Amino acid sequence: MSTAEVRHEAHTATGLDNRKLGMWAFLGSECLFFGALITTYMLYRNRSVVGPFPEEIYDIPFTSVSSFVLLMSSLTMVLALSAIQRGDHQGLRIWLLATAFLGLTFLGGQVYEFTVFVKEGLTVTRNVFGSSFFVLTGFHGLHVTVGVLMLLHHFGMSLAGRIGQEDSLRIELVGLYWHFVDIVWVIIFTVVYLIPT
Amino acid sequence: MAIAQPLPRTSVFRRPTATRGFASWLTTVDHKRIGILYGVTSFAFFLLGGIEALLLRWQLATPDGQLLDADSYNQLFTMHGLTMIFLVVMPLSAAFFNYLTPLMIGARDVAFPRLNAFSYWIFLLGGLFLYSSWFLGGAPDGGWFGYAPLSSQMPGVNMDFYAVGLQIVGVASLVSAVNFIVTIFNERAPGMSLMRMPVFVWMTLVVSFLLLFALPVIAIALFQLAGDRILGTNFFDASAGGDPVLWQHMFWIFGHPEVYILILPAMGIVSEILPTFSRKPLFGYPAVVFAGAAIGFMGWGVWAHHMFTSGLGPVANAAFALSTMFIAVPTGIKIFNWLGTMWGGVLRFTTPMLFAIGFVAMFVIGGLSGVTHSIVPSDWQQHDTYYIVAHFHYVLFGGSIFGLFGGAYYWFPKFSGRTYDERLGKLHFWLMLIGFNLTFAPMHLLGLEGMPRRIYTYGEGLGFDVWNMVATVGAFTIAASVLVFMVNVVRSLARGAKTSADPWDGRTLEWTIPSPPPHYNFAEIPTVRARDDFWHRKYTEDESGRVTPVVAGAATTEEDVEHEDEEHHDIHMPDPSYWPLVAAAGLPFIGYGIIFDWVWAVPGALLLLVGLFGWSLEPVAEEGH
Repeated sequence: MSTAEVRHEAHTATGLDNRKLGMWAFLGSECLFFGALITTYMLYRNRSVVGPFPEEIYDIPFTSVSSFVLLMSSLTMVLALSAIQRGDHQGLRIWLLATAFLGLTFLGGQVYEFTVFVKEGLTVTRNVFGSSFFVLTGFHGLHVTVGVLMLLHHFGMSLAGRIGQEDSLRIELVGLYWHFVDIVWVIIFTVVYLIPT
Repeated sequence: MAIAQPLPRTSVFRRPTATRGFASWLTTVDHKRIGILYGVTSFAFFLLGGIEALLLRWQLATPDGQLLDADSYNQLFTMHGLTMIFLVVMPLSAAFFNYLTPLMIGARDVAFPRLNAFSYWIFLLGGLFLYSSWFLGGAPDGGWFGYAPLSSQMPGVNMDFYAVGLQIVGVASLVSAVNFIVTIFNERAPGMSLMRMPVFVWMTLVVSFLLLFALPVIAIALFQLAGDRILGTNFFDASAGGDPVLWQHMFWIFGHPEVYILILPAMGIVSEILPTFSRKPLFGYPAVVFAGAAIGFMGWGVWAHHMFTSGLGPVANAAFALSTMFIAVPTGIKIFNWLGTMWGGVLRFTTPMLFAIGFVAMFVIGGLSGVTHSIVPSDWQQHDTYYIVAHFHYVLFGGSIFGLFGGAYYWFPKFSGRTYDERLGKLHFWLMLIGFNLTFAPMHLLGLEGMPRRIYTYGEGLGFDVWNMVATVGAFTIAASVLVFMVNVVRSLARGAKTSADPWDGRTLEWTIPSPPPHYNFAEIPTVRARDDFWHRKYTEDESGRVTPVVAGAATTEEDVEHEDEEHHDIHMPDPSYWPLVAAAGLPFIGYGIIFDWVWAVPGALLLLVGLFGWSLEPVAEEGH
């Protein structure tokens, strides 16, 4: 990476890199973003006047599998970071790609789930459960999509030889975002799918 | 390092290099220039919002006014509110954050210079997007708080522009909040510990945290509103089980912290002005800082006092009444600290000082009428009357705007390198103070007599005639005072006397560097040894506690002098960039796509993506210069 950015990383008053602190601040903001979405869902899940209702439509075993896939992607993300910190560029690329693949698998599962729900009559306009469910999980899916794009972008950068061992922070930042999106899904899976209405 | 070969860079644009002229402003990443852009843009919006207010007042001057019909009145009062809040007070505060925060903490720029430019361009384009609604089917007309389910069911594109336009403007504030949090934590000069920071910087920090946590909530509410209006979701549709007060909760969980987002920057400015012109340190610095932080925390627990009449029940009403009374405590602490700062000081009544004192006085009135709203039965009586209008103009105009004008005069020599005309400045202050009180004091009476807000006209003989005419005369007096300000600025920029680095005998670091500051700010990053460091470099106290100047030269050690010339050649400043503008330009197109036809969103998304990718591939600064 250019020395300009290495220099930019230099000392800060707190000792934390600017980009890392910025990412943490942004993730703090995201907590409220998903907080507002989840709150709306909790308020509305039992208030629909027409079906389908949550308990009729959720396929818990299926969603459990796709949740497991997303959780495993956090492991591969950690392995990607660890690889670049050791200077293992091959490892970095493998694990970045693996993480993106798991993320895409999760997204595929979400597309399948949405399609099934729509076929069973639940659309975003059908009832308040549908509105709050699709908007919540849709925004989560959008975050996963952005994460996958970031992973592929860094995969390409690594192929082009533009991510050196000293740039591991860039991978760490992607990782922070990715783990956050994962944790949000853990909460969504628990309160949206698992807790009975 | 082995693999990190700098590739030959292929880029659509050559890196911009202009330092003068139009192009240099489009590509600048200098926090001072971005601050000026923020200031000029938000002042232009201030004039637009002011013209809207004058039209409203002209309509209400006499019973059965004929100037406006109900529809245009609705659009005007909504746009007046949206403009003054989102396009004036917030960005005008951001102008001061931008220009001053790095100077006050001894930094050469903000943490993310290009992100800073990105914020500005989003704000400008978002503002123009909102205003384009006048030509594309009608401006928002459901009040600045856009209560759903009314706003979700109103016909036309008016409230679509509200839902999408505010979303765009919000992105600008969110991005700059992240930027300033990181800047203040990370870019402080050696020795500038948190408790040595100027109060203005503290307030910037608190406001940034408020923005960081409040904006995502309104973002979701706006998505839901846009969803109901455009996609046909049911968030606010009571017949489908939607909750008719959900919007109010979401809006005010954002909206009440927003109130402090609007006032805290002005409080920070006043906390800088008063010590300088009293020749005393700020009285009880830690109390002012902690009171500011306390307001930042408590501001999250008072939102439902906007909703006392929505039927929350006695327990919730009582709880929010109490929390509302409690939040007056830290505010009161600040008032007493400002009074304590002036007490026994050597006061100089310059224009900024007058505005600061005016701020304290007017804000006390607005604060007290605010406390009266915390009494639930009293609030039921006042709700949706002109009493409320009087209250929030006393805090937002008598408070924020007075503070911001005070700041504009105080730092005018620093921004421009020239002095302003003190006589015109004082004329501006007195005209504005009188005009302001003529406009808004009568609204207390109108409200208590029962005149509702947001009515476009009223009948004769209701007892509203006299005070409405007084208020209109006051509004035009305010307009005259703003003209005086503009004349002063234009004349002073052209002909004002050149000023020194430290015209006010200031206390904070921005006065240690030339006026206007060089683009790298500090030739050498200062080392801070005390709160009000610059003051202590200039003055000391003798045994009896009297302030005496430090013997010339004693404050600068030999070490400092030696270093003075060394570093100039080695200052690396971030280079200008086109990408923030390119990326920001995508957002309004996406907005039009959402409202009108999705095809517009395609170029918008492309611009955004291309901008972000170009940005991420471009280093902060080019090599080799």
